Amino acid sequence: MSWRARLGRCIYRGWEWGAFGGAVTERKTWAQSRFSRERSARGGGKSVGRQRWWARRWASEASEVPSAAALAAPATTSAVQEAAARREVHFPGALLAPYTCRLAFEEATAVPIIPAYRLLDEQGTLLLSAAEAAALQHFPAAETVRRMYSTMVSLNVMDAILYAAQRQGRISFYMTTFCEEAAVVGSAAALHHDDEVFAQYREQGVLLWRGYTFQDFCDQCCGARDEPARGHQMPIHYGRRDMHFHTVSSTLATQIPHAVGAAYALKMDAAPRIAACYFGEGAASEGDFHAAMNFAATLECPVLFLCRNNGYAISTPASEQFRGDGIARRAAGYGMDALRCDGNDALAVYVAVRTARERVLRTQRPVLLEMLTYRGGHHSTSDDSSRYRSTEEIEFFMQHADPVARLRTYLAVDMQAERQAREHDRERVLEALGRAEAKPREPPLDMFTDVYAQLPPHLIRQRESLRAHLERMAARPSPSGTAEP
Amino acid sequence: MTTLHRAWSLCRRAPNLATGMPLTLLRHPRPPDLPSRRPLHAEAAPMSPSSSDTERMNLFMAVQSAMAVALETDPKVLVFGEDVAFGGVFRCTMGLRERFGPHRVFNTPLSEQGIAGFAAGLAAMSYRPVAEIQFADYMYPAFDQVVNEIAKYRYRSGGQFHCGGLVLRAPYGAVGHGGHYHSQSPEAYFVHTAGLKVVIPRDPVTAKGLLLQSIREDDPVIFLEPKVLYRAAVAQVPRGDFTVPLGEAQVLRPGRDITLVGYGAQVQVLLEAAQRAHQEDGIDCEVIDLMTLLPWDERTVVESVRRTGRCIVSHEAPVTGGFGAEVAARIQQECFLSLECPVRRVCGYDMPFPLVHEKMYVPSAHKVIDEVRLAMNY
Repeated sequence: MSWRARLGRCIYRGWEWGAFGGAVTERKTWAQSRFSRERSARGGGKSVGRQRWWARRWASEASEVPSAAALAAPATTSAVQEAAARREVHFPGALLAPYTCRLAFEEATAVPIIPAYRLLDEQGTLLLSAAEAAALQHFPAAETVRRMYSTMVSLNVMDAILYAAQRQGRISFYMTTFCEEAAVVGSAAALHHDDEVFAQYREQGVLLWRGYTFQDFCDQCCGARDEPARGHQMPIHYGRRDMHFHTVSSTLATQIPHAVGAAYALKMDAAPRIAACYFGEGAASEGDFHAAMNFAATLECPVLFLCRNNGYAISTPASEQFRGDGIARRAAGYGMDALRCDGNDALAVYVAVRTARERVLRTQRPVLLEMLTYRGGHHSTSDDSSRYRSTEEIEFFMQHADPVARLRTYLAVDMQAERQAREHDRERVLEALGRAEAKPREPPLDMFTDVYAQLPPHLIRQRESLRAHLERMAARPSPSGTAEP
Repeated sequence: MTTLHRAWSLCRRAPNLATGMPLTLLRHPRPPDLPSRRPLHAEAAPMSPSSSDTERMNLFMAVQSAMAVALETDPKVLVFGEDVAFGGVFRCTMGLRERFGPHRVFNTPLSEQGIAGFAAGLAAMSYRPVAEIQFADYMYPAFDQVVNEIAKYRYRSGGQFHCGGLVLRAPYGAVGHGGHYHSQSPEAYFVHTAGLKVVIPRDPVTAKGLLLQSIREDDPVIFLEPKVLYRAAVAQVPRGDFTVPLGEAQVLRPGRDITLVGYGAQVQVLLEAAQRAHQEDGIDCEVIDLMTLLPWDERTVVESVRRTGRCIVSHEAPVTGGFGAEVAARIQQECFLSLECPVRRVCGYDMPFPLVHEKMYVPSAHKVIDEVRLAMNY
């Protein structure tokens, strides 16, 4: 059957859509649901019977659109049968759309706001009873919670030191995770170690959870020679193949379609793994976000989108970034399931991500999970956020929404113990930083490596020209009497 | 008019379809000794196959054949893009979905940046995605993904991850009536991007060999197909596994007096110009097809120009900042003392592709011969 003939059949008998590769629907069920939706929209009571409803529709619409099929229907049949006999045309772009004579906007503000899932309140009190928590699938084991907490503390300590190191001129750039530790570490803990992670740039907590050491972080930030990228990228642009953590790029949202492609690869391999993709609410304004959502939904890729909605894209507040209900609400438009959770509640993040991960793996379809949080630090070391937000605002969130404090209270860790842990981490980070600074840098002639799999002739020539230049400069005495580099 | 109709009409209305003659050859009286339905200078082509295991194909069939071999020989090869499932608007993926299944050959939503980004993710997971961009003119939405992501994936990770095996295929160039948005030659943008390889075949044989090799490369490749030749160019193409190495130019016509350098559809123009320059003026032109623009085969060109002392570079893309500028710069550096005249460029003008003036816009054989005479009389 030609596609044209097949389409023709679908238009007149939309319930045989399966022939066209779409979802098969039952006319009866579908008509019934349309009937009940219309009735509730009109506020009609039970007295409005099926036959009268169809009759009214018939009366109102027949004069407007006298279809040949309807006119040809025998007058003796009941209104229901007449209506059923009418051949409504349903278009391929929205095959399930019922027809209505009621002109009504789909009002954005009338769409219910998605609630944020949480298990701990601001004071660190568990909102479930012990029995409920025990019964909750995916509730983290005590050991996992303790490890999440200690990782969040370590992340906090490392961020503070490396931020200060940039201020002292020891590294060129840094980005902190202050106030977002739960969103990053909680989600990392809920993922499997071999899930492919595509990060934006503020997700060093995922690497910390997966075993990236303070030395690894410091080596990357210092551009040490024995770090995989050997100083080819700015600090915080981490990447580790053995940890399934794809290298960070500064360009926003470009990693989202990559995660979709990787997820498709995992699906083709029938691997019991997913791709997890982090991005911020600002990045979700980029075209790549839209492309990736649409590809993930239509190509049915096992990818978990993790949006850190921290309220700011550098200086632009969320209120100037989008007009809808955050990012999670957009998922429905792509035909994708979504969740929203309190991103500063590590337990909620863990449970939500574990549950979403299982769903992605089971259905082999994407899920969008939005974590509501707050960027406690500046955007980066190149930013001064006091120019666009008040210190009172920052203090408010740091005081009432600090995820580390919340988990500390929940775990009943005393402050003295945390101070000791922080001091221990501080020493280790400072040692690592000192070692990284002392490490040799990549020799300049090696910078040509990794542009291509093998050095092509023109790059060999260019490398030789650099070598010759360096030799000429070295042979030439400088005015001060020492050879110039 | 849908894209499909537009693409079909581009093929249909091209004068070459009726006769099988390349469009460029129809602009002028047909040269007596250059039959159209024969691979050009097959005897000079080292990669030309023996006739026993070949099949008569035009360029789009050769492209399809290359992808079929790739899908057959490597389970990691995937083919996708807009309208790819039913065979593609230029029919290059015809029959592949039926043969290799809907999971390996599939449609994507209409988003070039999505296609490129999706392909990058697949390549980073050791797949070999062959993604189609419907027209090279529509590669620009994918520009960020190509330049910032695909090209740099290896370098930024220190070789841990890379996009080797990724091929972005796109039809490029003049077609007779494509106007601004169905005629562009964007190769210079991509040649300026370290980490990519840029490949342009000239006929069905090179299309198959270069595409199959591009899919097997460990670096991402931008593969531009001369759409004017999809149906016009016909040749005996090897049926099975057949590759042409990247980064190697080919001397299609040896000559003593002047070197003509080009690639893609322009090679036909240069061959025709060489033929007529020989007949009309007794000028002996050497014609070189670069085939790979990044990295390009400088050695073959330099060796030729040192012999001939004269060189013309020709491409459809606008002249300023075009690939001809790079070739000219390298020649003056490497062949300075051998040059009898400045390197000349016969290229498109620095303007949007003008619909009704296409014949005047393109670097036709007339213009090439004119420049050959100027170079010889310098």
